[in-house]
Amino acid sequence: MTLSKIWVLAEAIEGEVAPITLEMLTKARELATTVEAVFGGDASSIAGVLGAHGATAVHATGDLGDSLPGVPVAAAIAAAVGTAAPDAIFLGTTQDGRDIAGRLSVALDVPVITNVTDLVERDGALAGVEPIFGGSQDVYTKFTGSGVGVFLVRPKSFAAEESGGGAASVEALPVPDTGAAGAAKVVNRHVEERTGPQLDAAAVVVAGGRGLGEAANYQLIEDLAKALNAAPGASRAIVDAGWVPYSYQVGQTGKVVKPTVYIAAGISGATQHLVGMKGSKNIIAINKDPEAPIFSVADLGIVGDVHKVLPKLLEALQAR
Amino acid sequence: MNIVVCVKQIPDPADPGALDPESKTLKRDGKLILDESDSYGVEMALQLVGDSGEVTLVSMAPNGEVSGLRTALAMGAAKAVLVSDDALKGSDALTTAKVLAAAIGKAGEYDLVLAATESSDGYTGVVPEQIAAVLGLPSVTFAKSVTIDGDTVKVDRQTEAGYDEVVSPLPAVVSVTAGVVEPRYPSFKGIMAAKSKPVDQLTLADIGIEASNAGWAGAGQEIIEVATAAQREAGEIIEDDGEAFTKVVDFLSNLKVI
Repeated sequence: MTLSKIWVLAEAIEGEVAPITLEMLTKARELATTVEAVFGGDASSIAGVLGAHGATAVHATGDLGDSLPGVPVAAAIAAAVGTAAPDAIFLGTTQDGRDIAGRLSVALDVPVITNVTDLVERDGALAGVEPIFGGSQDVYTKFTGSGVGVFLVRPKSFAAEESGGGAASVEALPVPDTGAAGAAKVVNRHVEERTGPQLDAAAVVVAGGRGLGEAANYQLIEDLAKALNAAPGASRAIVDAGWVPYSYQVGQTGKVVKPTVYIAAGISGATQHLVGMKGSKNIIAINKDPEAPIFSVADLGIVGDVHKVLPKLLEALQAR
Repeated sequence: MNIVVCVKQIPDPADPGALDPESKTLKRDGKLILDESDSYGVEMALQLVGDSGEVTLVSMAPNGEVSGLRTALAMGAAKAVLVSDDALKGSDALTTAKVLAAAIGKAGEYDLVLAATESSDGYTGVVPEQIAAVLGLPSVTFAKSVTIDGDTVKVDRQTEAGYDEVVSPLPAVVSVTAGVVEPRYPSFKGIMAAKSKPVDQLTLADIGIEASNAGWAGAGQEIIEVATAAQREAGEIIEDDGEAFTKVVDFLSNLKVI
């Protein structure tokens, strides 16, 4: 089965094409004859990168001003799918990707297959694969209707590879009048500065959880991360508790990471956390509860007190 | 100021989940509890309305389940609208959004609809935006703070890079992230009062949705297979004897990351 056309929602962060976009373009090339991107914004500076990853065209709305992308981009896509007729649209599981997918789903009256980590052919249709119960089982879901298939794809599901293609041609994607629904406006943007390696790109991640006991002890994680040139990460529990900002969160609602080494300290391994890190090449877990689910995915598990193990580890690393 | 909060009653996450072998969807036949993710929206709504309005819950559940709703009523919500119908079993996110949007229409006058960004059991994360689309309302998702200023709502919305300050006219739909407020524990007085608070139980017919457009029949998607995923090989688990850190150093050294 080869589909004739797949659209991929392109996203850019600080002017750079988001890795999830390039991952989805790479996968889409395997599945369809024609791969095109759609973009909420001015695509002139990203058409080269999109083309190099297989998009022959990018349908772009032009500058969205201070609008949130969800409403205008979904309305523009919904208005265009009739003539452009893509078989499927891939969107990343990101804030804007989920907004656009939700709005698009209602506009086209089609469901969304969510949390997809793979896309395969089954029964002559494109099926999305969604891991459940912390990744112990995979659910294969296909669309039953005749409309366009809308898939929300998790970051880091595919490796991005260049196709050697030239720049994508930039095509206009007109935004219809969105009325009252489009009235939410961004009045100010804040960028949270992080120093050191990026969490979702680092070769080594050191993550801490509730087992650290209190917020001040997170400094141990920061120090270890620095010693290993690693990115510090966190479980949802301590982000919810306000110990560290959301940008540190690894898991279902945070970042998906696949480093060479993932060190989980004082993290029990709730499903919500496991789905964000179990693709790591090597996992080291330190936890005092021998029954903690994190040990089921660990290559090296230390049953012990993080307050005793981490300071000694830090000292040994700093002495090298 | 009246606020509607969408809440989900889910199987206790502490119990191991299981799939129904026939339908291949999550079993929801035991006792259901208030999804912890929703307790933040309930708390935020109670703080925003203060003494000058009402918080109304809307929910969709099989078998007329109300135990999770009672928890939110005990926290201080005034009343609830519950859509419960056998024909809803197997409903996808889009049907859920259509049902909740119809239930919101039965909740009386409102200025704001709050929901969690995603549930803890299904986590599709698209329902709040779909509800807004069905209602034709503006929306702001991933809120980490919400303030009301006259007839507008101001939201700090999480982004990949940090956060955006977003302003929207009311009424609007806002989805809130976990941990943004400290949900109160229901007081004994609240628990007693919750027992007599009104829960309006509606069927699909009551909200004007055809059974053929809901549940299995209306889901535009089909689960074709559930397979056991490839598991990681079991690793080496050791008890810390005071020297276990050297194992970690060796492990890292073998991988040449140090």
